[in-house]
Amino acid sequence: MDIVAKTRDFFSQAGYMARFTSQLFTLAAKPPYEFKEFLAQCYIIGYRSLPLVALTGFIMGLVLTMQLRPSLVYYGVQSQLPVMVGIAIVREIGPVITALIFAGKIGSSIGAELGSMKVTEQIDAMEVSGTNPYKYLVATRVVAGTLMLPVLTMLADAISLFGAYVGVNISAVTSFRLFFMQILKTLEFGDVLPAFIKTFFFGFAVSIVGCYKGYNSSRGTRGVGDSANTAVVLSSVFIFIIDLLAVQITAIWGLN
Amino acid sequence: MIVINNLCKSFGNNHVLKNFNLRLNSKENLVVLGRSGSGKSVLIKCIIGLLIPDSGEIIVFGNNVSGLRHHELDMLRTEIGFLFQSNALYDSMTVRENLEFPLRRHWFELTQKEVDDMVMEALENVNLGHTAEMMPAELSGGMAKRIALARTMILRPKIILYDEPTTGLDPITAREIEGLILKLHDKYQTSSIIISHDMTCVKNTADRVALLLDGKCYSEGSFEDLKKSGDEHVKQFFE
Repeated sequence: MDIVAKTRDFFSQAGYMARFTSQLFTLAAKPPYEFKEFLAQCYIIGYRSLPLVALTGFIMGLVLTMQLRPSLVYYGVQSQLPVMVGIAIVREIGPVITALIFAGKIGSSIGAELGSMKVTEQIDAMEVSGTNPYKYLVATRVVAGTLMLPVLTMLADAISLFGAYVGVNISAVTSFRLFFMQILKTLEFGDVLPAFIKTFFFGFAVSIVGCYKGYNSSRGTRGVGDSANTAVVLSSVFIFIIDLLAVQITAIWGLN
Repeated sequence: MIVINNLCKSFGNNHVLKNFNLRLNSKENLVVLGRSGSGKSVLIKCIIGLLIPDSGEIIVFGNNVSGLRHHELDMLRTEIGFLFQSNALYDSMTVRENLEFPLRRHWFELTQKEVDDMVMEALENVNLGHTAEMMPAELSGGMAKRIALARTMILRPKIILYDEPTTGLDPITAREIEGLILKLHDKYQTSSIIISHDMTCVKNTADRVALLLDGKCYSEGSFEDLKKSGDEHVKQFFE
């Protein structure tokens, strides 16, 4: 009985979330648009995430290089290190790790912010003042998140590769030009484009989940905390599911 | 201004409003009195469209609220102000931005100077001209209530709905809020529904009192009329 109830609850929540998401294409697609708030959210979501994404990216590239190098040395193919690291970062690790960091920072922030607004009736206040709170709060954040994560990912990839360069030069001496030329010669359309496209879906998933959880937060401080927490967890799960689907699609199209 | 006919609203097995009837006349302060949890806040949230009634009709300026489309309801809401019990100030915005928010959304033709003048006028109305650049978290409870009142009034609504305007305030601040309610009523000739169980507030602000009991409008009349009532249910509020 408990399993039946939980299953029913799961599908019920999925239905509510689908309806919440569909409003983005019905309500929010029509003018007037909240352009000023959208720009403000781009600044908050994108620009303010730069330091964390940059730091994480650098460490990611550095650590990956240091971990891979011994194995490649063992097999005598350490010269392939830049290429291997480059492909791994651009195709998979850069987008996924950046998205997970994004989910932790932005997903929780949106969930907590909107949850807090919900329990203090600020969303109701917005609605009774004749402003569509979905357009002002949700649509702006979702569009900003969808557009900013690809930008952040590109930056994270670039800084990761620089971190990888530093990692390579810990144990050996490689010129900056040689390192990056090796990577750029090897990277193909099939490495870059699918990875770039899936970051839009990651950004959308993180933003819409954060907004949904916050907008439907239950009352009290515990409700707000739960919203922030579940926003991160659910976003992370969606990131992996989207990544899995992306890999399958690229495999079908022969881009792997 | 507002006509409510046979309004019903339930939450599960809790029937909050049962065939509730009420009328708000032009330029009057109508206080809806009732016990905590009797459905007073539910009533005004149904009027403004935040809650959808189960049945019945709410006619505001000749429009049936339930039958309005979203953009029509948004237009109607610009004529109705709502003062939340929790104030509901936007805590990521300054006081100035809180007051500018509804202006920028509905009165697009205003210049920046006109917006600034309206904001300062609204703040001066509540004697808080110096708080424009403060954040809501920096305000005391009484100040926050006055700023919320200023924001409620800034679009010059014809009807104002007050949800427990003096609850949680000290007696002196409560009397200040009552004074502001009456001052703004006189200045802007508004009609108001005030939800309260604070008898001093009821006495000071009401032109007419309606008692909400068991989901219905149990009794109506002036404060003095109800105070003299021999009905046990009415008398218990005035003891």
